[in-house]
This record gives sequence, structure tokens and C-alpha cells, in this order.
Amino acid sequence: MDFAAIRSRLAGADGRLYWRSLGELADTPEFRDYLHREFPEQASEWNDPKGRRTFLKLMSASLALAGVGACTKQPPEQIVPYVRQPEDVVPGRPLYFASAIPLSGVARPVLVESHLGRPTKIEGNPEHPASLGATDVLTQAAVLGLYDPDRSQTITYRGEVRPWSAFQAAMQSALGAQKGSQGAGLRILTEPITSPSLAEILATILQDFPKATWHQYDPIACDGTRAGVRQATGSPGDAVYHLDKADVILSLEADFLGCGAGSVRYARDFADRRRVTDETKDKSMNRLYVVESTPTLTGAKAEHRLPVRAADVESFARRLAGTLGVGAVPAASQDATIEKWVAAIAKDLQQHRGRSVVIPGDFQPASLHVVAYAINQALGNVGTTVTYGPSIEARPIDQHASLRELATAMEAGQVQMLLILGNNPVFTAPADLKFAERLRKVNFVVYHGLYQDETSELAHWSVPDTHALETWGDPRSYDGTVTIMQPLIDPLYDGHSAYELLALLTGQPNRKTLEIVKDYWTRAFSGAGGWTLRNAQGESYPNADTFWKRAVHDGFIPSTATTQGGPATPFQPAPKAAPAAAAATPGAAGAAAAPAAAPSAPAPATAAPTAAAPPAPAPASPAPVTLPPQTRQESAGLELIFRPDPNVWDGRFANNGWLQELPKPLSKVTWDGTAWISPKLADEKRLDNGNVIELRYRGMTGRMPVFIVPGHPDQSITVFLGYGRRLAGRVGTATEQAQPFNPYLVRTSDAPWFGSGLEITRTGDRYLIATTQEHHSMENRHPARVTTLDEYVKNPDAIKHMGHTPPRSLTLYPDHEFTGNKWGMSIDLTSCTGCGACMVACVAENNIPVVGKEQVNRNREMHWIRVDHYFTGDIDKPESIQAVHQPMPCQQCENAPCEVVCPVAATTHSSEGLNDMVYNRCVGTRYCSNNCPYKVRRFNFLLYSDWNTESYWPQRNPDVTVRSRGVMEKCTYCVQRINSARIDAKKEDRDIRDGEIATACEAVCPTDAIVFGNLNDRNSRVSKLREQHRTYGVLEELNTRPRTTYLAALRNPNPELEPATTGEHTTGH
Amino acid sequence: MARNDQTAYYKAPPPVIEPGHTFDSITRKISSIVLTKHQPIPWIVTTFIGFIFVNILLVAVSYLFLKGIGIWGNNIPVGWAFDIINFVWWIGIGHAGTLISAILLLLKQDWRTSINRFAEAMTLFAVVCALMFPLIHTGRPWLAAYWLFPYPNSMSIWPQFRSPLIWDVFAVSTYGTVSAIFWFTGLIPDLATFRDRAKHKVTRFIYGALALGWRGSARHWQRYENAYLLLAGMSTPLVLSVHTVVSFDFAIGILPGWHTTIFPPYFVAGAIYAGFAMVLTLAIPLRRLYGFEDFITMRHLENMAKVTLVTGLIVVYGYAMEAFFGWYSANQYEKYMIHNRMFGPYAWSYWTLIFCNGIVPQTLWIKKLRTNTVWLFIISLVVGVGMWLERFVIIVTSLHRDFLPSSWGMYYPTIWDFATLFGTIGLFTTLMFLFVRVLPMISIFEVRTLIPQAKVKGAEGH
Repeated sequence: MDFAAIRSRLAGADGRLYWRSLGELADTPEFRDYLHREFPEQASEWNDPKGRRTFLKLMSASLALAGVGACTKQPPEQIVPYVRQPEDVVPGRPLYFASAIPLSGVARPVLVESHLGRPTKIEGNPEHPASLGATDVLTQAAVLGLYDPDRSQTITYRGEVRPWSAFQAAMQSALGAQKGSQGAGLRILTEPITSPSLAEILATILQDFPKATWHQYDPIACDGTRAGVRQATGSPGDAVYHLDKADVILSLEADFLGCGAGSVRYARDFADRRRVTDETKDKSMNRLYVVESTPTLTGAKAEHRLPVRAADVESFARRLAGTLGVGAVPAASQDATIEKWVAAIAKDLQQHRGRSVVIPGDFQPASLHVVAYAINQALGNVGTTVTYGPSIEARPIDQHASLRELATAMEAGQVQMLLILGNNPVFTAPADLKFAERLRKVNFVVYHGLYQDETSELAHWSVPDTHALETWGDPRSYDGTVTIMQPLIDPLYDGHSAYELLALLTGQPNRKTLEIVKDYWTRAFSGAGGWTLRNAQGESYPNADTFWKRAVHDGFIPSTATTQGGPATPFQPAPKAAPAAAAATPGAAGAAAAPAAAPSAPAPATAAPTAAAPPAPAPASPAPVTLPPQTRQESAGLELIFRPDPNVWDGRFANNGWLQELPKPLSKVTWDGTAWISPKLADEKRLDNGNVIELRYRGMTGRMPVFIVPGHPDQSITVFLGYGRRLAGRVGTATEQAQPFNPYLVRTSDAPWFGSGLEITRTGDRYLIATTQEHHSMENRHPARVTTLDEYVKNPDAIKHMGHTPPRSLTLYPDHEFTGNKWGMSIDLTSCTGCGACMVACVAENNIPVVGKEQVNRNREMHWIRVDHYFTGDIDKPESIQAVHQPMPCQQCENAPCEVVCPVAATTHSSEGLNDMVYNRCVGTRYCSNNCPYKVRRFNFLLYSDWNTESYWPQRNPDVTVRSRGVMEKCTYCVQRINSARIDAKKEDRDIRDGEIATACEAVCPTDAIVFGNLNDRNSRVSKLREQHRTYGVLEELNTRPRTTYLAALRNPNPELEPATTGEHTTGH
Repeated sequence: MARNDQTAYYKAPPPVIEPGHTFDSITRKISSIVLTKHQPIPWIVTTFIGFIFVNILLVAVSYLFLKGIGIWGNNIPVGWAFDIINFVWWIGIGHAGTLISAILLLLKQDWRTSINRFAEAMTLFAVVCALMFPLIHTGRPWLAAYWLFPYPNSMSIWPQFRSPLIWDVFAVSTYGTVSAIFWFTGLIPDLATFRDRAKHKVTRFIYGALALGWRGSARHWQRYENAYLLLAGMSTPLVLSVHTVVSFDFAIGILPGWHTTIFPPYFVAGAIYAGFAMVLTLAIPLRRLYGFEDFITMRHLENMAKVTLVTGLIVVYGYAMEAFFGWYSANQYEKYMIHNRMFGPYAWSYWTLIFCNGIVPQTLWIKKLRTNTVWLFIISLVVGVGMWLERFVIIVTSLHRDFLPSSWGMYYPTIWDFATLFGTIGLFTTLMFLFVRVLPMISIFEVRTLIPQAKVKGAEGH
């Protein structure tokens, strides 16, 4: 310590000097240093450029770490009521918006129920010709997909999170490299595209990068249909069937009722042509013949179904064509059954010229489609029951060939930049293409999909797609109607639509989806693209704004159906400057009569040099068409048939619990894909349900558990695509044991739907298959009553006599009078196709939980409505096998056996006759279920409702209780909808109108098989249906007095194939 | 102990107590089992094993409350399975105790005296086991615990009196209460004996408190006899009513296989049958273990065997009638039900049941087998199994295939089903052996009335 210095400082101070320490007084460097650092902490770092950076780094790292714990996006919360109420928003009342759910590029029109901004339920769009208010199963379940917690949530680069801007930059630099080579290394792989505005973006890209290639692939590609129509009509196009005009229908392996974009409308038209009531004078209905391999819902609905190998369908068709005088008559078949069938069907078709239709299956080769076309033409059906319009796909190509070409290019190292939009090709590509292996050779792979799946794992960039309910869009429906999609909710995650992603490759990279779609249609309004836009009345719109608002409101543009003169989806680049630049617009084209002029071939400027490009369209062939040579099929060994899974489709819905748990048609298997075999083959190979077999096919081996299905051809095995997912999410990822059960592993791109040469061996392994119905025989009981049209006409009371209805005077007590409303339901078994849409609709509407495979296996599925399925016929005569479906909700018995046995009165009768369930009061004795003869009650054996996964919460219907464990539940006739209608009616001081309440199952039913209403209203639809002679109650002999009654199924068999039997159904007592 | 001289039975009606006993020897013999510090090894081993199963039961029930009914194999259509099977089985077993103590008392069957005490205890413990099930079989037991009772509440909600489950609640709770009071009343004089003989202060205090000040005065005896007779009278209808009401759980249902009028008598007979088998199951080893061959003589065993045989025949008649009705009704559901029982997927249970309840007990016609304790013991176990299977057949095979073939299903129990079943057996065993340890398993004062000295005028009382 330098005291001299201290003294001198003190002496030299003005006034009093306050000192803290001797150190300060001495002004030592240590003290200065100490002072410097003491306060504020780290302050000195701010002056040091290097240190500041370290500080900021540390701080940001710790902030980021603090954020990790809360990395889910906090939803904005409103804590004050709206200052200005948004129009139409009334808390507690849902709003409905028209939109569409595209599948494989084709729109399925919907109305979406939205509760305070949360889409909760999907209904069909009643005004849209492809829906008429109904949806199929896959569309119905789409709302769960929106809230799937396993959706791809952020943009990632090699697994690391990146912002959109980083992705944009990476794309720009990669595109920059492609600029020089005109995009020679750029490949885009998409689903088939029907959206005109998306097609325009692609056309623009191909214009900017002339050497780039656009590949299309859909695992469920109907290449045969596409090529067949092209060969038959001379130009690409789509066949649209008009089953409302068809009296005789022959399906050549076409599952037009069960799957496909038009199935909903087809089912409706088909059912409408089958409705026979006591009142109709002309008691006639259509007749359906099905010649098919794999049993389908369509086959189950057929009057006559002939099981043949998939490869033999064409021989049958040619034999029929020959009999009808089309083409050469092939040699008669050895099989007397086939000959008998051909003769009978030919005669029937001949008798219904112009009122019949032959529908070829989507999974059959092109040649069959040509044969079917020729038959239809010869019968005068073309133009009446079937029309061939221009193609709705922007560029119809052979998709398996396209993917093969991409795989070859990847192998050859010609692909530098690959954009994959959806489809998960690493999982879904046929095994012979070795797609995953070849994908590794590409340096820049972008995958745009809804999930982090097998493909995103191998892609460099993974960009989350938007769900259909989160985005705008304009896909076309099966008949060509442009269907406007509108978002119901902001993207839940960091999703970008395909429109936005592909726009990055154009000159205008930052456009939003709405801008893209709206801009396209504004231009189309002024005539671009060959569109003529008219409203439903056929009038033109006053201005573009009115048009757009109307289109968004209605969810579709009426005049755009190809059947009404809508053009093929144009494939033209966007105009560079002024909209008028679209030179190649082919007038107001699209008259159905001139499909050859369809402008779907790429405009010359954008001609893409792809090997998979369609061959030059042949000149429109004059009638009659010459039949192409039959597609050769070797018939050695067994035949292997591939089919999309009815529920998980190509595998994309694997993570959707509703679809996984929905019993698959005919087999009622849940949660797994199986290999279907016939009882005879099973017997021969000593196989039982769940035995794992090894499939050896074209040098590949696969494994599948078998499931025996009556009516399957003996020499074929059907495997269903979509299972065996390795990376699907918490619901869909297959267990280690089930991962090999993936038919894509034995699928080849040259024969994607069937091929012969299969050998199978039993492995000795067993696999647990969970089914919801184990018994498919009616055991001589008559829960589902079936009779023929002739018998019904002759003796309408016969149906009632199949059972026994006790007299109402059986009880000593006076009958309870239901004054006011008296709810009832009628289910028409003639119409029901067994599609299962009612089950998914019920699940969505009523917050029904998913229980999982293990619980389904214990018979604990929770579906409030189930679709019972029974086989009849001789198991040794596969052509005699018929199936009948019976939806089974709670029957709402007036004398409900469940009510008397509940010790706590948790299930009671309402004044309107509903058998109510009081969840709060239920203690869960399960006595009610034991005493329910219909076994429609469902018990929460465990805590089935998912209370923990937050992302599922917004999906739930706020009007329906989410049940906890230990509580019984069952169908309520959608009491929340009844109450909502009641409130409306009360406010307007009127009665509830007939049709005002549609239960969820009724609303979704494609065939209008379910009708709900007031039985006290003599004019209600349901009252009238109940008076039909076909009406009966299931198990009425128990005196339960069910409020749900059934209309017996009528069949209209051809007497030549099924001689009328008398007294077939006379068992009664 | 000397082996029974079997030849004697052919000559004279066998005594209900072996000769040579005095008042004192009886008291000493019975009370010495309790008032000692030592227990035979078999007692320790059995109680220990029983206690292990009590713990298994605790785990099973705790897990059940935590997770829900789903841990069991119950499903739709088989909503009830082991839970209700066990309930009916246990409640049935209980019946023999009441029958022995009440009905046989009223019928002046003096041989009941040596077995009524532990038969009553058996009743009580069986009811304890049974009573668990109506509660734990519900989905929400925390609510079922009181919602099934008609208690006044602010929402004016009452139970649904049309439901047999409510009748059950009343029937079983009444039965449990009356059985407990009857049993305790019967114990009082013996508790007083223990109080007097106990050496340890605490023991003396406890027995003293339980003896309720019994001094054995003539007035006490007079009132006691009246009360006991009254309670016997009250218990008598319960023997018939409880299982009748339990059978209503099924008979009221509309299910084929349940909906039948024969159920009440058939269930009561089955209950007595199972109960006597259980008394035999307990009596034979206990008699051997504690050397009670003098008190529980071959005559007792034989009588019980005869009751078992008779009630067994009634039960078999029930089976025959079920099959007959199935055919005679001409109702396809009934017909299918009986066919399914006999030849369906659960046929093994039906035929095992017929073997256990229909065939094996027929050996009791033969005196030689009837008086063979080993054979009797085996039969008693077989009957126990058979009666459990009877409820399995009635409940599971009726439910698993009812009206609509589409809803048919199979039932497979889980490990928790078995844990609960064996847990209750463990609970029953433990309670039974604890009872043997702390209370007189044979009524001292009643047995003393059996010896010849008691018949001497003026020797009544003590």
C-alpha cells in the first residue's frame, strides 16, 4: 500500500473526499479493475466486441433451452368478449363451410362443421353432384387426420428444424444450378393433378425448365382405365356412369359402390333405382351382375356374383362380347357355369339396350376397358348410361411407367433435384423399382407430405404439407366439377400447400395459396383456360367477385362437370404479363361430343420430353371399335391380387385411428392387412385365420397373415396394400412382427394389380387378427330378412311372417302414449351397401374413442352403430355365396330390456321414446348390456377416451360428453341434433319439421338407407316407411318394440340363373 | 386318536358324540385350542399361504380400481364373468352355514350342534368374499358403494327398484347382517367361558368385553334361548330368499339360459349343495388337525354327505330340466343355447360340470365311500369346482352367444380374473383360520348338552 500516494490524494481533494477503502484511495490497478467489473455484472463485456458475442450466444442458448420446455405454439387466447362480434358466430352454434377433401388429386366435396373456428365434423356437400350430402369412409375420417399429433410439424433439413426462409434460399440456389441446364436434372413427382391452378403452376415450371420432368404416381393408379379409355375413344378421358338410367348393370371387377372417387354418387344412383315401395305401381328394380375376383361391397350387393380369377375377367368379357356380336366369338369356355352366365347376362343385356351398362374395373388392364366400351357401344349405352368426357387429370399418363422412368433416371444419376409431393413413394413404390436405394443417389430431395414418414426420412428437406382443411384449392371431382376448397382453420403447424411449394419454382415464389387459386379463377372468369362458368341455373355471373364468392360459398362451380360440357383440365403455363397472353386457349371447348379436341395434351411451348409421355392420341375410332388382342396372362401357380386397403388406402391413413378401427368390409378385420383366400384353398393348404404364409412371387418373398373369405376365387390370393408401415406415427407404425406384412414388397410396376406365378407356404407362425364380428352365419334366424322382388310382389306379407310380433295386448298395463314427438328410424337393407360411412360419422359426431387392436380383440370396440354382415349360400359353390349388410344402432326399444335392470336408473325412457343414457348416473354394472338382445351397448372397460393428447381435444364435438371409464354408452339417435332442432323450432314457435334432424349416420349415408323422423307425424318419411310391407323389427318376438325398424332387402335375381324357389323363407313361428 | 370303528355303525345309530366325555373334558378340549400359545404347524402354514393370497387380492383389487374393469376378460357380449360367478359361488357356499344353524335347529337335528359354529363362521366369511363382488364388479365402485342404497339426497334420485340388482343389495346385506348377529349371539356363552378360563389379562379383557357380561344365570339362559330361536326363525327364510333373489339376477333377464322359472329352487339347492361340500372341505381336515373326531363323528360326515347327495340330485334335475325346456319350448334361441352349452366352444365346461355335479356325487350312494373321509374330502372339492363351473356355464355360455349371431364373441379370463378368484379363496382361508385361532370353532355349551350327563335331570346348565 502506497501511503504516500494516499496522503497526497487526500490533500489534493476539493472538499471532503469519501473513500471506500484504502485501495480506492491508493487507486491501485486491482481496485480499478475490481470497480470496473463490480457493477453491473458483466457490464464490461458490452464494450468488448468479442465478449459481447459470447454473452449473447450464452444468453440466446439459455433462452432457447428455456423455450424447449414450452416449444408448442401457444394458441392466442381471447380473455375479453368480442368488441365487434364476427358475423354469424354464435358460441354454441356451429357454422358449416363448403370445401373438399382430395384423394389422389380428385375432390370429394364436403361441408365442414366448425365450432368457434374448430372443424369437428365432415358432412357431404348436398348440392355437389359428386356428394349429394354423403361422403365415403375416408373423407369422413379426414377430420381426425387434421388433428393428428404425429403430423409433420416443422420444416427440417436432415432432421434439423429450419425456417421457411432457409428452405426458400436452399431451393433458389438449387434451382439456380438447374437454370443453366434448363432443368435437365429437375424432377417433380406428384400425385395425379386435377386442380387447374396447380396444373398451371406445373405448366409454368415446365415452361421455365423445359428439360425438367414431371412424374406422377399414385399407388392406387388406375392406369388400365386411363389407357383403356384412350384406346377405345381415341383420346384421354374419363368414363362417367349414369346408374340412375341403368336397369341392368354388369360389373367386371368394378367396385363402383365401394371405392373410387365416384362411388358416393354411384351408390346413390344405384340405390335410387332399386327402391321399391308399396305405393309404386311399377314394381321394378335394377339388377346387378358382378364378375370379380376379390369379394367387394359391390359384389356383396349383386344379384349374381361370379368369382373368377382376376386374369379371367377379360376372357369372360370377351366371351360375352362375342355372344353380343362384338368382335370374334372366342371358343366356348370349358366351364358350364361360365357358359350359363354368359348366356343369361347377354340375354338380359340385350333386353335392356340403352338401359344397361357394363362397368370395367379400375384394376383391370386396358384391353378389358376396350371390350367393355365395345359392349356398351353395341348395346347403345354410350351416351346414356355411360358417357366419356375429357380427362379431369391435367396430364393423364401411365403412372407406374412414370415412376419407373424416374427410378431409372435416378439410377443413372440424371436426377439432381427431386421434389416429391405426397405419396410417400419410399413406402409405396413397387419393390422392383428399388426406390429407396435409388433415392439416395439424388443430392437434393425435397419431400412435401403430411407426415414424417419413410420418405421424409431419406429426403434432405422435409416440408410439412397443409391438411385439406387448412388450405385453399380447386381440385375436380370425379365428374369434372371444379370443387373449391377453403381452409377451416389456420395451418396448425408450419405447413405449406403444394401450391405454395411449387410456386417457389416459378417466377412468383411468395404467392399464397388463396392468391394462386383466386387469381386463376378470376382469369378463368374472363375466359382463360377454356372455362365457361355458369351458376346452377345455367346463368352467367355478373362479375368475377360475385362468381368467386358464390363458388367458395357453394364449394363448387356448377358448369364445370365434363358431363355438362366442362373442358379437360387445361395444362397451360400462366400468362407472363397480361392475362390475354394465353394464346392456345381452345375456345369454349369441352362439348362432350368432341372429346378428341380436349386440350389436355401439353401446349407445344411446354412439351415435356418425358419417356412416359402419352403416345400420340389415335384418331377417334369409328364405331364399332376393334378389340385389341387379349392381355396375355400366364396361369401358372396361384394368382396374386393387390388391392388398396378399404380403410388405410395405400397406407396414407395408417395413423388414423378411426379408420384403423373401422371393421373392413366383409372380413370385419380391424387394424391389420390380411391376405384373403378362399375356404377351399385354405382347406387345401391347411390354413386358418391368422396363419402367416410366405409368398414367393417373381423372385420376391413376402409374408402375410391369411384370412378366409367365402366367395374368393380358389386360385387367387388377395393382399391389401397399406400395412406394414415402418414410420407412420403412434397409431399406424406396424409392430416388428407386422412390418413384413407389406404387399408393396412383392409388387412389381409392370403388373401392379395382379399376376400369376405365386407360390405360398405355411410358415407355422401365427398372427393375431382382431375382428369385430366372428360369426357370419345367420344360424337360421332372420335378423336381416332377404327376399326376392317376385316373392315380395306375390306375397308382401311374407317378410313379416319370417318373424313373430307379439300382440300389443300382451301386457296388463295400459300402453304408454307418446304425445308430441315420437322418434323412430327406418333402415332399408335393399339400399345399404355396407360401406361403413355411418360408423365413422357416428364416431366423429359422438366423440367415440379408439380402443386399439388388443381391446378390439377382446370385443371391446366402442362403435355405437355397427354394420352386421352375414353370408348365405353354399360354401362349396362360390357363385352361390351372397352377403347381406345390416347397420345396427341402438334399437331404442319401447319395452327396453336394458332399462328395467339398471339398479341406479342410469338408462331411462324419455318422453319422446328415446332410450336415454345418463352417463353421470351410471355406475357400470353392465347388466343393461347383458340384457340387451341386440348387444348395441358399449362399455368403457378402461379409460378409452384420450384425455391426454391435446391435439385431439379441438376435434371433439362440444355438444357430446366425452365419456370416462366405467360408464356404459350407446347410440342416442344423435340427441344433441334433436335438441338443437328443438331449440330452433321453439324459437320459431313451430313443430320440428320432417327432415330437419338428420342423425349423423343418416346424413352421411350415400344410399339414403337410413331415415330418421317423427312417428307421430303421419306424413313423415319414416312413418311412411314403417307402413311398408317390407318393414319388420329385429327380434320383435321378444316384445321389445324397437323404434328402429328395417326394410327387408329385396333382390331381383335373373330367373335363368336362380330359379324361383317357393317357401325359401317360410321359417317362422 | 382312535380310528372310528366302522363296524359299529351297522348295529346301532351312531352317536353324535363319542362316549367318554365329561362337561369338563369338552370345555377343556375346545378351549385349549384357543387359549394356548402354540399352534400346530399345519395351521401356521395354511394361514401363511392364505395370507399371501390375501395380498394378491389386495394387489388385484387396487389395480382394478386404478385401471378399470378392462383388466379382466369381461367384454361385450360377456359383460359378466368371473366377477359374478365368484359372487354367486361364494354366496351359495354361505348358505349351508345358515341352513345348519337355523333350519336344522328348528328341526331339532341335534347332530348339527358340533358343526354349526364353524359352518356359521364359514357363512360369514363367504358372505364377506361374496359382498366384495357386487361392489368391485362395477365400473365406478366409488359411486356404486352408495348409489345402490336408497339414501335421501338433494336430487331426489332413488335406486331403480325394478332391477334385481337392487333386490340383491337388500337380500345380501340383510343376509350378512342377520348371519353376523346370529353367529355372535351363539358365541356369547362360549366367549364367557373363554373369559373365565383365559389366563392373560388382555385376553380376559377382550373376551370379557365380547361376552357382554354373560354370567350364565337362569334368566340369561332363558332370554338367550328365546333370542337364539327367534334369530333362527329369522334366518330360515333368508336361506331360501337370498339365493332366490340372486337367481333373479338371471331369471329376470331375457337372455336364453337365464330367463327361466326353475332358477330359484335350482339355485337354492345348488347353494346348499355347494355349502355342505364346503363344510365337508373344512370339517375333514380341521377334525383331523385338532383331533375332533369325537365331536365331529362319522355320523356328522355321513349326514352331510347325504344332504350333499340329495341337493346334488336336485341340481342335476335342474340341468335336466334346462335341457328339456330348451327342447320343449320349441324356441330356437333356447334350443340353440342348450345345444351351444353341450357342443359349443365352452362344451368342456358343461361336461366337466356334469361330471363334477352329476356323476361324482353318485358315489355317495355307497356307504363305504360315504364314510371314507379321504373320498369325502375329494368329493367336497370336486363339488366346489363343479358349482363354480355351473355359474360359469350359466353366465358365460348364455351371454357369449345370444340372439344376434353378429354380436357373438368369446370370453377369455385374464390373470387378474384368477388373481381375484384365488385371492378371495385366500381371504376366506385366512379368516377361517384366524377364527379357529381366536374363537371356539365348536360350540362348547351346545356340545355339552349332547353328552349323556346333560340328559340327567337337574344337570342342566353348569
